[in-house]
Amino acid sequence: MTVLLGADDIRRAIARIAHEIVERSGDPHGIALVGIRSRGDVLAARLRDAVRRHEGVELPLGALDITLYRDDLTRIGHAPIVRTTEISFPVDDRIVVLVDDVLFTGRTIRAAMDALVDYGRPRAIRLAVLVDRGHRELPIRADHVGKNVPTRPRDDVRVHFVEVDGRDEVELVKAAPGVGAPGSGEVAV
Amino acid sequence: MTWQRRHVLATDDWSKEEIELVLDQSNAMLEVLARPIRRTPALRGRTVVLFFAEASTRTRISFELAAKALSADTSIITASGSSIEKGETLLDTVRTLQALGADIVVMRHSAAGAPYFVAERIASAVINAGDGWHAHPTQGLLDALTLRTALGDLSGKRIVVVGDVLHSRVARSDIHTLVPLGATITLCGPPTLMPSAWRCGQLPAGVTFDEDADRALDGADAVIALRLQRERMDAGLLPSLREYALTWGLTEARVARMRPAAPVLHPGPMNEGIEIDAAVAHGPRSLIERQVTNGVAVRMALLHLLAGTPAVEVAA
Repeated sequence: MTVLLGADDIRRAIARIAHEIVERSGDPHGIALVGIRSRGDVLAARLRDAVRRHEGVELPLGALDITLYRDDLTRIGHAPIVRTTEISFPVDDRIVVLVDDVLFTGRTIRAAMDALVDYGRPRAIRLAVLVDRGHRELPIRADHVGKNVPTRPRDDVRVHFVEVDGRDEVELVKAAPGVGAPGSGEVAV
Repeated sequence: MTWQRRHVLATDDWSKEEIELVLDQSNAMLEVLARPIRRTPALRGRTVVLFFAEASTRTRISFELAAKALSADTSIITASGSSIEKGETLLDTVRTLQALGADIVVMRHSAAGAPYFVAERIASAVINAGDGWHAHPTQGLLDALTLRTALGDLSGKRIVVVGDVLHSRVARSDIHTLVPLGATITLCGPPTLMPSAWRCGQLPAGVTFDEDADRALDGADAVIALRLQRERMDAGLLPSLREYALTWGLTEARVARMRPAAPVLHPGPMNEGIEIDAAVAHGPRSLIERQVTNGVAVRMALLHLLAGTPAVEVAA
């Protein structure tokens, strides 16, 4: 097990991403943050706090549950639990920044984009993630990345946040040698 | 907890955790129903067959809307105008449903136990949408959701169920859903319309019987009025509808005996002026329209949970 990011690294990455998000659009008004449950919503709340601190602007914050948009209901073998989506602002004509902890196959982001457009027509959808671990199965890339980490498909990247896990840390758990193969089609949700 | 059930036939053997899981999932589904686009792709490519061997409009439409909000394909089989009218047996109908590729069969039948018969002989998941006098689990769950939303935690709450309990699958399912959540039930109505064992005091745990409506409603936390079927009068179980309305009908004066703002529920369709007055049915205490919306959410939650349970091969 390797620690990829410690608490200070996470803090700096969030501060940088918050700056990038505002810098990219020039004007923070018209941006909204939507975190993907469960941990993307924690990260999105921290990004909102960072933008408030640096820019004095309160970005609208939402939380998205993508369970009903997954493409693997038959494969996971048990009934997935649906959590509430909370998007209390109109997404029409806004720049919506989707926020997730780890970008892996891209299937979660595909599902999140499908879910988001059911709420309206954003001007643009962007993607911010704390860790990009590669192995995309769909043509999706992140606009803002905390850290790029080379992994093998069967490795496990675990993100811990104080709000849910009691500590801030990202760790890489290596798969046992010989286990798994590229393109095994797993979904990180 | 993880959902393990393959069928929803009755809630009489459900744990409190299972009931609460469905209610929590239903709340998530209510959010879907409040969106500008009330449709998610969760059950895309799945087929839900609505097999209604007994007449029903609202339950059928509620299930249909629930299936459609999850993007499932729906087919409807009703008794009239189908081969059931020509004497097809239940077993043959079941085989047809299986051959049609139904992933989930929602069925209503006048015979108590019919959904159990089907569930044993079909690979599809089965949801009981009402079987005879036996059970109507989705009604019990939507009543529980409506009451939990209005009252909060149901433990220690006293719910009055008033009307024709004897012939009511709704009453039975309400008992089997609300009692595990900690509520107590006071049944109320004409003794002729009460199961004889219950009338004689052999009641299930958490349930009492009080013939007197005013006394039953005193200080109650909520009331569920049951539909009075007019044919009960023909069977000699009631002297007159007017007498029923005077003795057990929910009037404004009567519901005012409950706690302030205690809600009024009714599974519908209502006989206004008999079991419930129009002023109560459409008054500030009424959650009857809320029940309709909650019904769609509960059915969405169950369809989604069952669709995620792996199918098991069953010899038909």
